[in-house]
Amino acid sequence: MTTVELGMPVTGLQHVPHLPDDAAKQTKKDFTSDQEVRWCPGCGDYVILAAVQSFLPELGLRRENIVFVSGIGCSSRFPYYLDTYGMHSIHGRAPAIATGLATSRPDLSVWVVTGDGDALSIGGNHLIHALRRNVNMTILLFNNQIYGLTKGQYSPTSRTGSVTKSSPLGSVDAPFNPVSLALGAEATFVARAMESDRDELKSVLKAAAEHRGAALVEIYQNCPIFNDGAFEVLKDRTQQAARIVRLRSGEPVTVGPEDDRRVLVRVAGGASEFVPEAEVGAREVVVHDAAAEDPSAAFALSRLDSPEMTHVPMGIFRQVARPTYDDLVRAQVEGAVDAAGGPAGDADLDELLRGRDTWTVE
Amino acid sequence: MTSKTVQTLDRVVIRFAGDSGDGMQLTGDRFTSETAALGNDLSTLPNFPAEIRAPQGTLPGVSSFQLHFADHDVLTPGDAPDVLVAMNPAALKANLADVPRGATIVANTDEFTKRNLAKVGYDANPLEDGSLDSWHVHPVALTSITVEALAPFEGLSRKEKERAKNMFALGLLSWMYTRPTTGTEAFLEKKFGGRPEILEANLTALRAGWNYGETTEDFASSYVVKAAPMAPGTYRNVTGNTALALGLVAAAHRAGRPLVLGSYPITPASDILHALSSMKRHGVTTIQAEDEIAGIGIALGASYGGSIGVTTTSGPGIALKSETIGLAVSLELPLVVVDIQRGGPSTGLPTKTEQADLLQVMYGRNGESPVPVVAAQTPADCFDAAMDAVRIATTYRTPVILLSDGYLANGSEPWSVPSVSDLPEMAVDLAVEPNAVDDKGAAVFRPYLRDPETLARPWAVPGTPGLEHRIGGIEKADVTGDISYDPDNHDRMVRLRAAKVAGVTVPDVEVDDPSGDAKVLVLGWGSTYGPIASATRTVRNAGHHVARAHLRHLNPFPANLGEVLRRYERVVVPEMNTGQLALLLRAEYLVDVRSYTSVRGLPFTTVELADVVSTTLEEIL
Repeated sequence: MTTVELGMPVTGLQHVPHLPDDAAKQTKKDFTSDQEVRWCPGCGDYVILAAVQSFLPELGLRRENIVFVSGIGCSSRFPYYLDTYGMHSIHGRAPAIATGLATSRPDLSVWVVTGDGDALSIGGNHLIHALRRNVNMTILLFNNQIYGLTKGQYSPTSRTGSVTKSSPLGSVDAPFNPVSLALGAEATFVARAMESDRDELKSVLKAAAEHRGAALVEIYQNCPIFNDGAFEVLKDRTQQAARIVRLRSGEPVTVGPEDDRRVLVRVAGGASEFVPEAEVGAREVVVHDAAAEDPSAAFALSRLDSPEMTHVPMGIFRQVARPTYDDLVRAQVEGAVDAAGGPAGDADLDELLRGRDTWTVE
Repeated sequence: MTSKTVQTLDRVVIRFAGDSGDGMQLTGDRFTSETAALGNDLSTLPNFPAEIRAPQGTLPGVSSFQLHFADHDVLTPGDAPDVLVAMNPAALKANLADVPRGATIVANTDEFTKRNLAKVGYDANPLEDGSLDSWHVHPVALTSITVEALAPFEGLSRKEKERAKNMFALGLLSWMYTRPTTGTEAFLEKKFGGRPEILEANLTALRAGWNYGETTEDFASSYVVKAAPMAPGTYRNVTGNTALALGLVAAAHRAGRPLVLGSYPITPASDILHALSSMKRHGVTTIQAEDEIAGIGIALGASYGGSIGVTTTSGPGIALKSETIGLAVSLELPLVVVDIQRGGPSTGLPTKTEQADLLQVMYGRNGESPVPVVAAQTPADCFDAAMDAVRIATTYRTPVILLSDGYLANGSEPWSVPSVSDLPEMAVDLAVEPNAVDDKGAAVFRPYLRDPETLARPWAVPGTPGLEHRIGGIEKADVTGDISYDPDNHDRMVRLRAAKVAGVTVPDVEVDDPSGDAKVLVLGWGSTYGPIASATRTVRNAGHHVARAHLRHLNPFPANLGEVLRRYERVVVPEMNTGQLALLLRAEYLVDVRSYTSVRGLPFTTVELADVVSTTLEEIL
């Protein structure tokens, strides 16, 4: 196992108790609670729930050491349907609550489930601070580009011009790109996946769970009631290949089907563009490096995306090791306790209460 | 010179006043420490502007520190100073109205320049125009004498030398009131140990001040205030914020759970964050959050994980935390929310005191969301109040509001330090196994199955096998905790949560009515304890009967409170708001309590409250 400064293990699950080798293998059923799932028929959340339930056994963790914390919104009902520990909290605050939990409990695998409104609008502040602090938690941001639970208002990721209940003439807000935002906050793990691409989703989730630090996974999720088909061009088999840029660290960034592959090359001024494979010639090919210390290249990739979804990168944008906030906080406390010869006893507390300046009355 | 006389006094009130950059708070702190070491009882009141360094020499920039010390028990920082140390004209102008005629004024003449006088609107120098003839004025060229005394320190600039003038003033006052300076010398050695010249300069200024008092004829006499009779024990001087931090740590220690503070800096609560962040050795985790909401979210997350989660703030922060307090009410998890009240509304008076958050903490949330409310009454009492708040939070699995205020937070008094082994037991039981059997006979965990006595639900922390469950802010079915929109269930849950809080064990309120003949009761809560106790003492010394009681618990009220209120012909409730407790008492007990209120950002004076009591006594004659 590689380590970073402070001797901290790189994996996010290092301190979380795993099942013994001879334990019965967990199944999807073990992670399915007895609660009736109450999303609308056809909601993308079902697909994500099934993927998470079937993926969790792969981690081999003790179920009681997994906690899902959510905010408010359709996606935030998620914890009720998983037979782990879970808290359905209040709008936007899940990253803050998870910060307190993760910092005080290194033995837990802490997950945040949130949506585009929850994470990027009312809870924007908590999200960016959880990311910049690099608290060991995995944040699943379900992006459906709409407020669903409040019945169809535009969200901070809705395309400009979206006609919704609260924007009858079209929204005038410029949308956030969640991946760009996370990279701007210097998140150490940032990825994007499609709800419908189960294999890609599961592989991204595994990498995110095993990342030590804050991991943000944006999941494109369809809302069939208020914003149906938002990601249809990415799901459509005839268009998919031409639009989805599958990021593979160490490989050139390409898009397009086998017979019409385009390669990302650098152009003057530091920008980049896709050119047909045959025309690459001597031009500098952009090779994706998720482990690059500087987030600029990952940020540039995130900007390939546009509301028109001409080119949408999927996969892991950034995956770097940086000491986590919770490890550093615990190291300070543990260091102080060790330096003082172990946990404080009554005599130590007596000394603290007395302070340095006492007098005695006989 | 030994020809000087020494007089004995029973009590003295000193106010140090100067520019906010003059080091008045430090001077006051050191004089307090010297006084505590002599065994006097004491009480202090720092008063400073919200601006860190307001323009020099202006009225808004005046910072002061008042200390009341005596050979008997002291209840307040004193109404009026016997001695005012005025470091500049602004300090004189801002404070003179509080200084009774006949009192002593020590003024730094060097700062009484034409320019400085004009800055605060003095047409003539009050030290020379006879306007201060009714006071004993000691004009002392504090700055120039200090600079002169520091002449040998060639490495120091004039500005650095001038800065030591507060030590000169401290030395002079220490001589006047026969305070030992050894503690201050040790303090300076610690503070300036790394800069020997600065250290030596400060020590020299301190001694020069002492010698000035001893040698100049202007000061004819020095004073002695004998030690106060105090119960045997080990004492230290504490501010309310320090005592509160210690109380939280002690409670967590007794409960055997880690303490986790989530907090965002805010005046006047930040000192608790500072204090706790330096107590890591005691297993304390402090997280400085991105905002007030995150502060309480972090605390709640830690509580969910089995820690004692605490958040500290002032009124504006409570407003921001309200939604999360409501979530904690619904989740039924332990949480301590500390509100160090300050003047409001909005930003209000950040550095001044007020008691106007009572109704906010009682009712400032959506839905029916009752929470226990505990209030500290003196700086040292913040320790006990903090322990009590943790006891209630962990026993009843509920957020608890702990109220203090700016006056208690920054004020100080001697504290008889308890021994940890004498502190109350705080053992906490975490759920470790299923607590019910389902209809198929299997052992199951019911997260909202309550303890029949306390109505508390189990505290089942993540990591406990077999107790996996989900909680949230949506209404839950009684017992199972599943989501429920059932009308009858909601009605039941609302009443269960209310009954739980109403059933919190709190001791009866004790009435101080020595003669048993009083017809008037003065009832207070929070930091008005000192002024009320002092005022009732004054009234009794004048030969009248008056009863006094003070509330530690604002929710639930003590069980005997209604009976106590009805026992008296008149109940007077002094508050630093416009009558918030009075409103609650009238609503709860249908008793026509008389509200006496003031919102000046300052504590009541003894004289003011004694007048209120006397007037009330006359009414019922």
